[in-house]
Amino acid sequence: MANKTCTGAEALIHCIHQHGVEYIFGHPGGAAIPIFDALVDSPIKFILTRHEQGATHMADGMARATGKAGVVLVTSGPGATNTITGIMTAAMDSVPMIVITGQTIQSMLGLDAFQEADVVGISYPAVKHSYLVRNVNDIPRIIKEAFHIAETGRPGPVLIDIPKDVSGAVFEPNYNVEIDLPGYSIPTHGDTAQIARCADFLAKAKKPLLLVGHGAVISDAGRALKLLAEKLQIPVVNTLLGKGGFPETHELNLGMLGMHGTAYANKAVADCDLIMSIGSRWDDRICGKYAAFCPDAVKIHIDIDPAEIGKMIKPDCSIVGDARLVLEELLSMARKGDTEDWLAQCRKWRKQFPLKYGKQGGLKAQYVLDEIYRISKGKAIVTTDVGQHQMWAAQFYKTDSRFHWISSGGAGTMGFGMPAAIGAQFARPDALVIAVVGDGGFQMTLSELATAAVNKLPIKILIINNKYLGMVRQWQALFFENRYSGVDLEGNPNFVKLAEAYGMKGFRIKRNADVSKTLAAALAYNDGPCIIEAEVEKEDNVFPMIPAGSAISEMVLEAPKKAMAKPVGST
Amino acid sequence: MANGINGINGMNGTATKLSVIESKGAKAIPSGNQHAISLLVNNRPGVLIRIALVFNRRGYNIESLVVSPAHNGKFSRMNITASGEPKTLEQIIKQLNKLIDVIHAKDHTDEVTVEKELALIKVNCPSDKRTEILQIAEHFKSQTVDLSESTLMLQVTGSTEKLDAMEMMLDKYGIKEMVRTGKIIMARGSADT
Ligand SMILES: Cc1ncc(C[n+]2csc(CCOP(=O)(O)OP(=O)(O)O)c2C)c(N)n1
Ligand SMILES: [Mg+2]
Repeated sequence: MANKTCTGAEALIHCIHQHGVEYIFGHPGGAAIPIFDALVDSPIKFILTRHEQGATHMADGMARATGKAGVVLVTSGPGATNTITGIMTAAMDSVPMIVITGQTIQSMLGLDAFQEADVVGISYPAVKHSYLVRNVNDIPRIIKEAFHIAETGRPGPVLIDIPKDVSGAVFEPNYNVEIDLPGYSIPTHGDTAQIARCADFLAKAKKPLLLVGHGAVISDAGRALKLLAEKLQIPVVNTLLGKGGFPETHELNLGMLGMHGTAYANKAVADCDLIMSIGSRWDDRICGKYAAFCPDAVKIHIDIDPAEIGKMIKPDCSIVGDARLVLEELLSMARKGDTEDWLAQCRKWRKQFPLKYGKQGGLKAQYVLDEIYRISKGKAIVTTDVGQHQMWAAQFYKTDSRFHWISSGGAGTMGFGMPAAIGAQFARPDALVIAVVGDGGFQMTLSELATAAVNKLPIKILIINNKYLGMVRQWQALFFENRYSGVDLEGNPNFVKLAEAYGMKGFRIKRNADVSKTLAAALAYNDGPCIIEAEVEKEDNVFPMIPAGSAISEMVLEAPKKAMAKPVGST
Repeated sequence: MANGINGINGMNGTATKLSVIESKGAKAIPSGNQHAISLLVNNRPGVLIRIALVFNRRGYNIESLVVSPAHNGKFSRMNITASGEPKTLEQIIKQLNKLIDVIHAKDHTDEVTVEKELALIKVNCPSDKRTEILQIAEHFKSQTVDLSESTLMLQVTGSTEKLDAMEMMLDKYGIKEMVRTGKIIMARGSADT
């Protein structure tokens, strides 16, 4: 097939468009100008962000709302380094993303040219793969490979660094290229013998438990999972990122486990005789002290990434494969054991140790979240920032379906929530998108208010304003004798006025009595974005809590009377 | 893709294009924590650093590293000897295999393989000691590759242990310089490395 000549940049944008990409998020600069020029004639819509980190979180939010790679385009040097936090955030949570960085011309590489940064070198530990494009003819193949790598297997970010002389070079592109990745293979079906063993274990277990992680969400295993849990009558717990993998309102669901999980989920984990992880990596947030984690339970691990098997927990049975395909096969082999007593026990725990919060005194963040869940009927796409509000949102905003919970888990990146909501709203223009953010994290990327406002995105930004870096303050209160250090957010702006400064609508909630009325008004407001500032109690703490590095049995349900021992876990 | 280097390399049987990053003093006899790892990787810039980072992040020290184009010049062979916690090694191998540029990575510790290393040793050699040193050289089947008034350069190949032993024997004459290639490994028989 004969092609007309074009620039490398034009071929690049053409390939990205061919892949079905509608939006690119980013910020321009000298080394990327040829690529921005190519965007002028492309149907792809470019979304100018106010900071490159914002662009990465928007692409991330879009990816988590769709399962397809989000695309970022930035310039060299500082533009490129500003994407690193977002790349690492995506990598930690297995989110597909393509980050294209402009680069200085090849003859100047390594000579400390203006705005030259070795971004490929800087990003090695944070990417699934990366490219420095040295030959314009490679562009069609590299773009094809990059999307393939980013979106398949265990997804992740791919960085493509393009020197300006490559993006500016004129050539005759051949789009009819094959990918060339001899070192890359994607596990699909699991080993049938192992799946059969797994079925035997499940049939024998008296107190089995399913642990749903992000992998189940990514692989769309929800349907198979629901059929399996119902057929075998097994209770289900989920990780922070597993929210939506199995309906949290389902009677078999015990909610989130781990550090700030529900008491009944953690009690079930501590007491089960079999725990089967579907796409979770037994992260330290959910296991606590490894030596004490379910010592007598049979552990089954289903994961698409062989490197996860045996990394944290030595499983009794492991299956490497796509979670959906593995569960579908397991479904046909699985036999129901006797779980009635176990289910009764779980129901008892649920009654005995419900999630709760004080109804007296000042405005409670939990109440605000409980209400926004009720008023939005649990249908919203919820993004969060990182901190206490994130944990409360995870506890009180139950998630029933895939792609409806978007939160930075592995990285815990403050500043993630609001830009992620922007990306999600672009992907799902008709959906109700709520960003639950803290007053601290929100200020890390608040410049993206302009991006939300100018694009008239009807995102609802709920700021849980406790005037503190609350989660850190909580640790200092519980483990460091209330010696507050570096956590007071004195100097916060007036967030309602801030909204107005961007031409947005601002709502304020100060009292319990205002909550439903104001939230209803805010959710009904659709002329662009709005901020809802909830001035909550300053020194409330998140419970239940398992101190970092402690056994699940050391869970505390409410504020202890005396100071607690300093946690042994890292953070 | 095949380049000239590959042809030379394949034909005369010796590694003509070896790059050795680090070769520690051979005093450290391979202990339980020494591991022999082989990799088949894409022959591209940046591959080495991705591999090195996997070791570095998990506290492994790379003792020796040999990189050469494979028979198919599209790929390179890497042989790495590294030391660290044995239980970390499994994770390192898995993480190496996860790299897009790695076709495969294998641990050969405690496996039957052919392992060879080459060393150049420049030893102090006044004329009155020459016969004595040449006797040692002969014992280890090494070759004299350079000779001066006061020094002798020997080339020796064989197992790491053999090279260590020869080094020990020459030590008392005063070794001025020594370079070792690091271990290269190949599986015996029809098995793949
Ligand atoms: C970029 C970044 N810096 C620091 C931290 C450590 N950290 C975790 S939670 C937290 C406090 C967050 O405060 P805020 O956004 O007000 O939320 P709150 O906990 O008060 O709800 C901090 C500083 C982090 N997770 N990310
Ligand atoms: Mg706060």
